[in-house]
Amino acid sequence: MAQLKPNVFFAPWNDPAEKPLIQFKNVTKRFGESIAINNLTLDIYAQEFFALLGPSGCGKTTLMRMLGGFETPTEGQIFLDGVDIGPFPPNERPVNMMFQSYALFPHLTVWENIAFGLKRSDMPKDQIGDRVGKMLKLTQLEKFAKRKPHQISGGQRQRVALARSLAKAPKLLLLDEPLGALDKKLRNETQFELMDIQESTGTTFVIVTHDQEEAMTVASRVAVMVDGQLVQVATPDQIYEAPTTTYVADFIGDVNLIEGKSSLTDGGMDVHWDDNQPAIHVTTDTPLAARTSCHFAIRPEKVSISSEKPNAVNVMKGKIIDIAYLGNISTYYVEISAGVIFKAQATNNRRLSRRTYTWEDEIYLSWTDTAGVVLTE
Amino acid sequence: MRRFSWFNATSLTFGFVFLYLPMLILIIYSFNESRLVTVWAGFSTQWYGELFQNKAFLDAAWITIKVAFWSSTLATILGTMAAYIMVRAGRFRGRALFSGMIYAPLVMPEVITGLSLLLFFIALDVNRGILTIVLAHTTFAMCYVSVVVTSRLVSFDEALEEAARDLGCTPFDAFRSVTLPIIMPAVVSGWLLAFTLSLDDLVIATFTSGPASTTLPIKIFSAVRLGVTPEINALSTIMILIVTVGVIIASLISRGVSIRAKADERKAEQS
Repeated sequence: MAQLKPNVFFAPWNDPAEKPLIQFKNVTKRFGESIAINNLTLDIYAQEFFALLGPSGCGKTTLMRMLGGFETPTEGQIFLDGVDIGPFPPNERPVNMMFQSYALFPHLTVWENIAFGLKRSDMPKDQIGDRVGKMLKLTQLEKFAKRKPHQISGGQRQRVALARSLAKAPKLLLLDEPLGALDKKLRNETQFELMDIQESTGTTFVIVTHDQEEAMTVASRVAVMVDGQLVQVATPDQIYEAPTTTYVADFIGDVNLIEGKSSLTDGGMDVHWDDNQPAIHVTTDTPLAARTSCHFAIRPEKVSISSEKPNAVNVMKGKIIDIAYLGNISTYYVEISAGVIFKAQATNNRRLSRRTYTWEDEIYLSWTDTAGVVLTE
Repeated sequence: MRRFSWFNATSLTFGFVFLYLPMLILIIYSFNESRLVTVWAGFSTQWYGELFQNKAFLDAAWITIKVAFWSSTLATILGTMAAYIMVRAGRFRGRALFSGMIYAPLVMPEVITGLSLLLFFIALDVNRGILTIVLAHTTFAMCYVSVVVTSRLVSFDEALEEAARDLGCTPFDAFRSVTLPIIMPAVVSGWLLAFTLSLDDLVIATFTSGPASTTLPIKIFSAVRLGVTPEINALSTIMILIVTVGVIIASLISRGVSIRAKADERKAEQS
């Protein structure tokens, strides 16, 4: 995944002196009997592009709507710039939202839609035109200023919605599935546009999405939510490479999970998963105590395939059961022990007709001692 | 195209004849030259001319229009408010009761509505006149307005109001500058419906009118007891015309414009 901004340069969450822009403090939200948000604590920093990722019904939209002021926490507090924003209605918050349906006003032109919020702010009348012009330029909508929302395409409407929510220069912009209604090609282009706009305006973005690829692409940090709780909050590469739970490992991308028991070794640990198979060697600074139940998790692309037995730390013999051909890559489903299927991914750098392995082939899988992680939850 | 069927054609013809033949005869006889209503003596528009000389009828017509205007305006305001609350307020205690009470006057026999209003006005010692008719008509017309506006609001994307709030509107400003312009066609057609309902109401007006506030339907009804005159035919023809035009405009606005508005909104939602 292309990462335009290496996180090395921007990581306020690692700086203890940095003050967070948004703080959730033990926030709980109940709708009648059901709990949408369960005792959640979270810090989001200025100029972050923060993604809330999770399956539908996990509470990510509720969390965002609480920032917008459309829901109030049942318990706990939300701070923006150190101020408890609980008592403020949506129109009194320096927060703007881009709605999933875009919610463009059908009776107003593109220009009037963008000017709508400005006319209700304390901006002098003669500056509104300039500001709207700037927004139209930013989103390349100058030609469509006089059109009504139903006279422009979906991608253009998406940009009007973005321009309208950015016009008041909010401290925080909320984006509810902003690209959900666009087709895949347009979505990819728009992702980079969003990142450019976020960077050039310096606004803090909080985005809600169920599309993990989108979250990984745009976000500085990703929060994975399940059942109203945060499971992991980390940079996209950490979420992918170092998930803390099997749920996160499984939710983001593809993963092989093997259940076993640990034992300590020199410089790391072994995971014993089958008495008739060699243990998996893992090098780690934080080995588990011996005989702990755990899962070994490894991404399919970190597993290599070869027909000759390779000289590697972890080698496993198996038979190819199935091949999923995706064009650029192929995923091989390899049975390594009765009923245990391991996925291995290889780039198709040769034409399909010259493929080295095929169904029923006996092959070797191998990976290094640092390729996978051991998880206890 | 579906095949022509004698059964369908016959039922259609009978239905329309049943509905409109009496009115057609009334309209034809309003152009009768003879003073005798049932004897055709040639085409003439003289009764229309005489009608416009008849001060009693003209006064009644003026009162009727005033009553219809004020009652339909009040009914539109109240009915729109009721519809908005029923659709937006979500679930609250007594919601079913409240919505039932909004629609009850639709099925209530008019005699009962009229009688209870009469007793109410007497109890309050209000002199019956234009004001009481306006109030009475408002009560039953607002149900119709509320039905029309509710059906529009149900398909209204609530995110539009939230977006307005998000961009700095107070709840009232959001309603005024976003919701109201979008549901306007429904509100206007509700107003026209209320106007025509008030225009041709006889029963409730009879109960609530006073000596100086005879509406046109009351005037016609009492005149007919002394015998049908061609003048009344002419007057009735004019009323049929006004009501027809009103209903047609109302349905055109609510069908045509709101379908287009909804289609626009749908298109604006899609991408």
